[in-house]
Amino acid sequence: MTRSNAAPTARAPDAGGAATSVSHPPPVAIAPMQVLRADGTIVDPEFIASVPPADIARLYAAMVAQRVYDDRMIKMQRQGRLGFYLACTGEEACAYGPAYALRNDDWMYPAYREPGVALWRGFPLQTWVDNLVGNCDDPVKGRQMPVHWSARAQNVVSISSPVGTQIPQCAGTAYAMRQRGDDAVAICFFGEGTSSEGDFHVGLNFAGVAKAPAIFFCRNNGYAISTPYEKTTAAPHIALRAHGYGIRGQVVDGNDLFAVIKAVGEAAAYARAGHGPTLIEAKTYRLAAHSTSDDPKAYRSREEEAEALIQDPLPRLRRWLEAQGLWDEAREQQTQTEASEAILAALALAEAKPHPPLSTLFDDVFAARTPLLEAQALELAAHLASGESAYRAAGGH
Amino acid sequence: MPTMNIIQAVNDALDLAMAADKDVVILGEDVGKFGGVFRATVGLQEKYGEDRVIDTPLAEAGIIGTAIGMALYGLRPVAEIQFSDFIFPAYDQIVNELAKFRYRSGGEYPCPMVIRTPFGGGIRGGHYHSQSPEATFAHHAGLVCVTPSNPYDAKGLLLAALASPDPVMVFEPKRIYRGPAHGTNWSAHPKGEVPAGHYTVPIGKADIARPLRGKGIPVSLISYGAMVETCREAAAKLEAEGIDVELIDLRTLVPYDLPAIVESVSRTGRAVVANEAPKTCGFAAEVVALIMEHCFDWLQAPPLRVTGYDTPFPYTLEAAYLPDSGRVAAAVRQVARYK
Ligand SMILES: Cc1ncc(C[n+]2csc(CCOP(=O)(O)OP(=O)(O)O)c2C)c(N)n1
Ligand SMILES: [Mg+2]
Repeated sequence: MTRSNAAPTARAPDAGGAATSVSHPPPVAIAPMQVLRADGTIVDPEFIASVPPADIARLYAAMVAQRVYDDRMIKMQRQGRLGFYLACTGEEACAYGPAYALRNDDWMYPAYREPGVALWRGFPLQTWVDNLVGNCDDPVKGRQMPVHWSARAQNVVSISSPVGTQIPQCAGTAYAMRQRGDDAVAICFFGEGTSSEGDFHVGLNFAGVAKAPAIFFCRNNGYAISTPYEKTTAAPHIALRAHGYGIRGQVVDGNDLFAVIKAVGEAAAYARAGHGPTLIEAKTYRLAAHSTSDDPKAYRSREEEAEALIQDPLPRLRRWLEAQGLWDEAREQQTQTEASEAILAALALAEAKPHPPLSTLFDDVFAARTPLLEAQALELAAHLASGESAYRAAGGH
Repeated sequence: MPTMNIIQAVNDALDLAMAADKDVVILGEDVGKFGGVFRATVGLQEKYGEDRVIDTPLAEAGIIGTAIGMALYGLRPVAEIQFSDFIFPAYDQIVNELAKFRYRSGGEYPCPMVIRTPFGGGIRGGHYHSQSPEATFAHHAGLVCVTPSNPYDAKGLLLAALASPDPVMVFEPKRIYRGPAHGTNWSAHPKGEVPAGHYTVPIGKADIARPLRGKGIPVSLISYGAMVETCREAAAKLEAEGIDVELIDLRTLVPYDLPAIVESVSRTGRAVVANEAPKTCGFAAEVVALIMEHCFDWLQAPPLRVTGYDTPFPYTLEAAYLPDSGRVAAAVRQVARYK
């Protein structure tokens, strides 16, 4: 706590570690890092000047598109066209910012609320939607619920539902990167609710001891389903825990895309320079429901939601871009229309594709099917042919 | 008598227990204001306060570990694990602590408490919202494991669990929470009628969910949880084929009702055991072993199992994976016609 307001020591992403200095214990910065405030005030003109404005316009367009995707997919779920959906509305900067700040060889372990990390790296929209539907082109072969995709080509690791499991895995991957002599870093994403799991503790502690080049990115969106922040921890900030692990900590305004890019860039430079992990806590707000399975009216007020809208990451960025002459209403409309058309077309295409083949049920359990699995595959085939299968009766192929 | 679904029956049991005993506390993720993701604790925090219906941090090991500490001191915690798929962070607390407290302290520290957790598939939940891990707990000595299959038993078993001197795990069949089959409700089901006041369903006692009709080749069909309704469907289908099914709902896995199993199978000489979990080391394997040990002389056919396949639980192909009434019927036919 004594160092709680210490300035971050690492430099901008392109510093490559050369400019980083490290103090012991590593600093834990609690004053939220900000670059561009919601009211348009610029806190760090130097940092803004270091990012090509055209990149910001591209990032903003991607975030607008993401919001349209989320909106349309929630509607499609309500119409029964998706089994489940979960949006990142209000938290877009926490996916697109880190994806932009890192290199493509840096591994990312998302939770379920950061599709942007893969889409930004070129994970095809169609593939993402194929996973939402769980069809034959879903890389996960229809085995997981929607929003649990996997993107090996983008160095984004398969998503699990049990929360927090990715945190020690991220520490291990970071360790392996250094062991192999690579200067890549590993980042994992998780919610503030998840920081209560034991895996949070073991992951950060291991990474701290090993000085692994890891970034632990906590999206503090105020809620774990219905559970408000106050019931998750008595501490004012998740990032304070960094102190206890002897690692660097940084609170960042998670609704400020610039600040997120800066915070992740600095953490990456710090890690690449061999100084070890950083715990980043991005303060944001879950503007959406937790998922299509809950209604936030049951546990939080309309007033609170309305107030949170002021911090929305999109409008502040848009105003800045407009001031630079890089955005206007026409571009906004065009981006939204294109995103809407793209996602609905992808969904229609995804729905027209067949289910994954039945044989996929028994594949990938092990590298090769065991005799037991071979026998069970035959049993299933016989059952499907028997005329008594509930799956066939329901129209399954 | 009022008709309830399983969620309402659980809620009613908790309400009665909390009203009767101020030591009863509920803890879990989202159980308070929100009333639980399946709504089983709706209204209870309002009625009994935040100190007795506790929204915990998101940590299953924490939920069970603190519940153990509360129970040792004399409270009666009812811990909810949101989905049984998420129980594994608490596995150490359950298996090495909860299950062994009485034994390892020479009886000085019994730990009576209840863990409720929804299990099983059929809700389009994919890998991590569908699993049936009951056998992995039944395996560890010291844990009472019950699996209600209808509203009446859900309330009665939960109230019995709350009165038990031992830790009890209640595996709730989430697929049939609101109706015995998709798109139905419990009002037409005899066990949808739930008495208003306090009653218990004895732990350790199986139930004959469908008695023999007295016509046709008799077969004992043994199951528990949501599979009981699947088996009932199969039995109805088989009646027309001259196969007479006695459907046994185990209701309690530990301690299992061996006399009920032996009594039925020694009468019919034929048995099929069904569970939704994967086959290898599933609870059906235990039941078949008991039948072999205790009923060998009466058997007319080798007992068969109907189970999930030995793979993780799928999403899109869930309906192909889940053991359906057709698979149960086929196994029963095979056993009935065995020569
Ligand atoms: C181990 C485990 N326990 C419970 C759940 C059920 N669950 C899914 S999301 C969630 C809340 C997570 O909150 P947080 O970590 O803050 O992330 P957010 O959803 O806000 O992004 C819970 C309890 C789970 N997926 N895994
Ligand atoms: Mg959260």
